[in-house]
Amino acid sequence: MNQLLYKLTHLNRQTIYGILALGIILPLLFPLRLPEHVSPPVQRLYDYIESLPEGSAILLSVDFGPDVLPETYPMFLAVLRHAMFRNIKVIGICLNPAGIGLGLEGIQKVAKELHKEYGKDYVYLGFKPNLGATMLGLGEDVHKVFPTDYYGTPIDSLPMFKNIRNYNDIALVVSFSGASHPALWVGYANARYGQQIAAGVTGVMAADYYPYLQTGQFVGMLAGMKGAAEYEYLVEKLLHQAGLNTPPPFAIRGMDAISVAHVLIMLFVIIGNIGYFVERKRRESGR
Amino acid sequence: MHLSTDPWVWVAAILSLFIFSFLYKDNPLYKFAEHLLVGISAGYYLALYWHNGMYPNIIAHVKAGNLWYLFPLFLGLLYFAIFVPKFAYLIRWPIAFLLGAGSGIAIPATFQASIYKQLEGTLLNPLASYPSPLALFNALLIFLGVLLVLSYFFFSREHKGVLGVTSRVGIWILMIGFGASFGYTVMARVSLLIGRLHFLLGTWLGLLRF
Amino acid sequence: MAARTIPLAIVFFFGVLMSIQFYIPHPVSQRLYEMVLDWMNGVSAAAIILAVGSLVKHHWRKISRRENVVYSGVTLVSFFGMAFLGLFVSIAEDSLFQTLFANVQVPLQATMFSLLAFYMASAAYRAFRARNLEATLLLLAAFVLMIGIIPIGYLIHPKFADFAQWVLNVPNMAAKRGIMIGVGLGMIATSVKIILGIERNWLGG
Repeated sequence: MNQLLYKLTHLNRQTIYGILALGIILPLLFPLRLPEHVSPPVQRLYDYIESLPEGSAILLSVDFGPDVLPETYPMFLAVLRHAMFRNIKVIGICLNPAGIGLGLEGIQKVAKELHKEYGKDYVYLGFKPNLGATMLGLGEDVHKVFPTDYYGTPIDSLPMFKNIRNYNDIALVVSFSGASHPALWVGYANARYGQQIAAGVTGVMAADYYPYLQTGQFVGMLAGMKGAAEYEYLVEKLLHQAGLNTPPPFAIRGMDAISVAHVLIMLFVIIGNIGYFVERKRRESGR
Repeated sequence: MHLSTDPWVWVAAILSLFIFSFLYKDNPLYKFAEHLLVGISAGYYLALYWHNGMYPNIIAHVKAGNLWYLFPLFLGLLYFAIFVPKFAYLIRWPIAFLLGAGSGIAIPATFQASIYKQLEGTLLNPLASYPSPLALFNALLIFLGVLLVLSYFFFSREHKGVLGVTSRVGIWILMIGFGASFGYTVMARVSLLIGRLHFLLGTWLGLLRF
Repeated sequence: MAARTIPLAIVFFFGVLMSIQFYIPHPVSQRLYEMVLDWMNGVSAAAIILAVGSLVKHHWRKISRRENVVYSGVTLVSFFGMAFLGLFVSIAEDSLFQTLFANVQVPLQATMFSLLAFYMASAAYRAFRARNLEATLLLLAAFVLMIGIIPIGYLIHPKFADFAQWVLNVPNMAAKRGIMIGVGLGMIATSVKIILGIERNWLGG
């Protein structure tokens, strides 16, 4: 027993890496299909978008890069699908230079699935480098901040922008980010212009943003892959009810692997602590 | 198993494996991939900052005859002073502009969003946004919790006596907050690994069933 | 004067201008505000010159000294190649520039960050110890969250997920709000000190 305990509490790092990798690979290969349960912050965002009249405009800000892709990209696609299915106009912008291509790819992919027309149902404006200046500038005049779209077409010539001038014409801004962009959106767009903000954030930042949820500065929030899975679940239900197919849900499948990985990490912590306390007791009784 | 026939998928997969090889130990393949990432990222950002920032926000306006934009053009050109050691101090001018303007717009934004609204949420409207049968208990706990945490961050007095007790309890509340962040962080880090393994097993090797 | 006085004057002028502008709705003030915001986007973009300048200088110096020639060479060749494609060829969707981004930069960056999962598992095993009350509270809160946010938590007991949500909405929220207020006050103090020239570390040596 002592030998087993010693072996368990003195694993080398490659063994730990191997156990973790297996704990993720096996649920991906053999899905557990664990049921999703929707949390209140996600439900609030979903209900808010559901309540918007057809023809409203929302702005989706791609504030993430490839480093947080698996968490933020699925939630970006899910919100896009929801908005486009509800015939809500989508304005895509990017405030992270590494996210430009990702935002474009996502918006085009979903637009193609739901047969939406560029310039009429959605527009991708591209990237701007200064966060504060862009967020404040959009409150004055979108046409001045982004005189052309990503492709170089003057936005004055795009049908969608005939009636969109600034935040007064935008029902919601959703920031998808792995950093502090949502906090900046609140500070600049919500504080000065009263713009409604929601956020899709990584797990690292999620717990920090709960004060904004409580004050109503965030309409709703998607937190990490869990939030993405919950939103995918809600949107899948909505689209299936309308007789539409949806692509395989990345985040919902990922939650199986996350469930196993969490149990493994907790076991590592418990085993590590058992080893620590046994060793400490041995040292103390040895004195 | 359906191996991908797209050569670029193979490029992406092989480069990913080069990075993963670091888990065994540092090696030339990992170093090569790391240096490739640094170079390609720098080139990518340079091109995008030109097309999306410098050209439309400065050059296009100057070309259209708007002479006010000569000022930011001048500031932007001053960045090249870094290449001339004798005049390298000139890069402080554009930095000063961004720092000054940025600080100026941040002051009212921070006060409104991080202080005023948060105090409002704690004192005036604590029962909002989280309906619960324990609403009054939650509201009191939030109010006390914020005060206790703020008492920990008050370093102008030594943490003794009443302040010592309140700051100690404040630390406990902070630890619960950090624990919550850690729990979510575990999910975040594991998600990143899931993304890569999904690409390698699904897109590259075609092993995942949908 | 050019090294210190003029930058300090620029910081003061634009800092005061942009902070008081918030309270002045006059059309001239508005036009000036919009113009300065536009300038900020352009000048911020130009700051990339500093970054790439430092990168090129650093690796060029290494090559001149015959240190790490191959790796520094890889960095410089990939930088100049990508910059050339982006500045002089095309950044359109189907261009080689975007293909290299999607199939080289994205997988490399994503994989680099995915290594963190392994390091975290190793740290959880070796370093996360419930040595005292505070560490124990942290670990317990983490465990509650980690079980509560996964579907297994709901299967153990439906109230478990609700309890995790309570921890997020009440004690976690109180802690984060205290931090947010403290950081907010600090940020305002630092911004005022920078604008008034009291804080001068940004000037460097």
